Amino acid sequence: MEVPILKQGHFLIASIQSALTDADLSQLREALVLRVGKLRARGVIVDVTALDVMDSFAVRTLRDIAHMTRLRGAETVIVGIQPEVAFAMVQLGLTLKGVATALDLEEGLAFLDRFTKERFERA
Amino acid sequence: MAAKQSPSVVSPERQTGAGADIAALLRELVAHLRQNRTQLREEWARRITRAQLLTAMTEEEIFAEATSVYDNYVEALETGTFEALQAYARNLSERIIPRGVETHEVVGIVLLLRDVLARSLFAKYHEDFEKLNRILDAYEPAANRIANTVAVGFVQERERIIRQQQEAIRELSTPVLQVRERLLILPIIGVIDPQRARQLTEQLLRAIRTNRAKVVVIDITGVAAMDANVANHLVQTVEAARLLGATVIVTGLSPEIAQTLVTIGVDLSEMATVGDLQGGIEEAERLLGYKVVLQSELPHPATKA
Amino acid sequence: MREETLQPVSSDVDIVSARQKGRELAAKAGFSEGDQTVIAAAISEIARNILMYAKRGEVSVTLANSEDRIGVIVVARDQGPGISDVARALQDGYSTSGGLGLGLPGARRLMDEFEIHSAPGQGTTVTMKKWRRSA
Repeated sequence: MEVPILKQGHFLIASIQSALTDADLSQLREALVLRVGKLRARGVIVDVTALDVMDSFAVRTLRDIAHMTRLRGAETVIVGIQPEVAFAMVQLGLTLKGVATALDLEEGLAFLDRFTKERFERA
Repeated sequence: MAAKQSPSVVSPERQTGAGADIAALLRELVAHLRQNRTQLREEWARRITRAQLLTAMTEEEIFAEATSVYDNYVEALETGTFEALQAYARNLSERIIPRGVETHEVVGIVLLLRDVLARSLFAKYHEDFEKLNRILDAYEPAANRIANTVAVGFVQERERIIRQQQEAIRELSTPVLQVRERLLILPIIGVIDPQRARQLTEQLLRAIRTNRAKVVVIDITGVAAMDANVANHLVQTVEAARLLGATVIVTGLSPEIAQTLVTIGVDLSEMATVGDLQGGIEEAERLLGYKVVLQSELPHPATKA
Repeated sequence: MREETLQPVSSDVDIVSARQKGRELAAKAGFSEGDQTVIAAAISEIARNILMYAKRGEVSVTLANSEDRIGVIVVARDQGPGISDVARALQDGYSTSGGLGLGLPGARRLMDEFEIHSAPGQGTTVTMKKWRRSA
């Protein structure tokens, strides 16, 4: 199942709707890395609210998305990780180190606003 | 039950199989207990009162429970199955435990019943000593098993209730407090075992979501000791909170705990720590963009009113 | 209460089905949402292990009712190449597939009991159990 990617201003929003297979996740990664450059996005939000479990493959893919889009000039923030999912993740040893996280879409947008503004002003 | 009229018929059966013999004896026994139900039940209830057992209950209540236990007892003897008795024992325990009935009382009353019934068997068979012995041989294992079932049922029920209460106390002992918009405080007091640590984490993560918290201060001033296991749990809690987008500040690490953590080599590099709760809250407010200023230091205090 | 689900694993869609079935059964057994998630994550890891190393196999999830506790038993079986160094495969960060190396050790951390039988050419069977906390 393909994940819809919306463009809002300078940001891309990928909103996961249901459980994803490994192939779906890989496809999402490719689509985001491609589109960040094409649409000159400065930020990416991946909304995982709908995921009721995240295993090592899912987490690795999210981490790869964050690192790859950063190389392409966009900061990624993962939003909507459920409390139970977060707890299971840390027990598995999956902590998404170095990747920004936020409570929900609204917080994710606020984070990217702040982040890109700082970077813009510094530049 | 037919065996009751002709006890001598039992003898040839003994040669063919002890099992059939015991079954016949038990049948006879059950018939005897049914026949003398009223009298034996009353005798038992009297002895319970005399032994000052079940003092938390009225005499009527004791008699009512004695009746049920008696009937279940006889039924277990008759059928050889203990599920019904087990269920009844649990149910009984559930009712009497809140009233303060103790384990020794329950064991006591079951032993009393065993005694009352044994005495009535003595009275009935005292002229046929050999028969009495065989009846007792059949009765005793069953009676022991019944006593065991009831006592174990009671103890299990008690343990269940204790567990439940522990759970309740645990929940009370880990309040997650919202002190400001988006700021939670979790003061931890007492001993943390793995189960409590897990519960604490689950509670905190849910609270972060419902309160939309951005910063959490975990104060462990009230925690006396911490082993590697619990320390790792704390680290996991901090990491899980970050996955929900919240920053955790840990305050109040005692000198002992600080030494332990460094000695056992728990990786705390990712954890923000501040000396005391006040400092932690100040740091949290700074992160949230609050600035606390004395009124006298405001630029134009008069015009602001 | 005794129920069982069986999920053959031969593609990545099956990983999703296996963990969803496992979660449903765990929910039926009365596990908390937190534990349901933990069980689902563990199933996901071992199901992916099958797919990566053996290409095909199966995952069964059974409700277990012992004397005083309720739990789930997850068994993952394959006829693949097997593991030559089981102890090493259970170490964090050890992976021959370029993954995070969290599959087996991760699943072991999530569950209460974990057992693995494997030898080169003999396939691999992983049995893991999780018990419901306090009745």
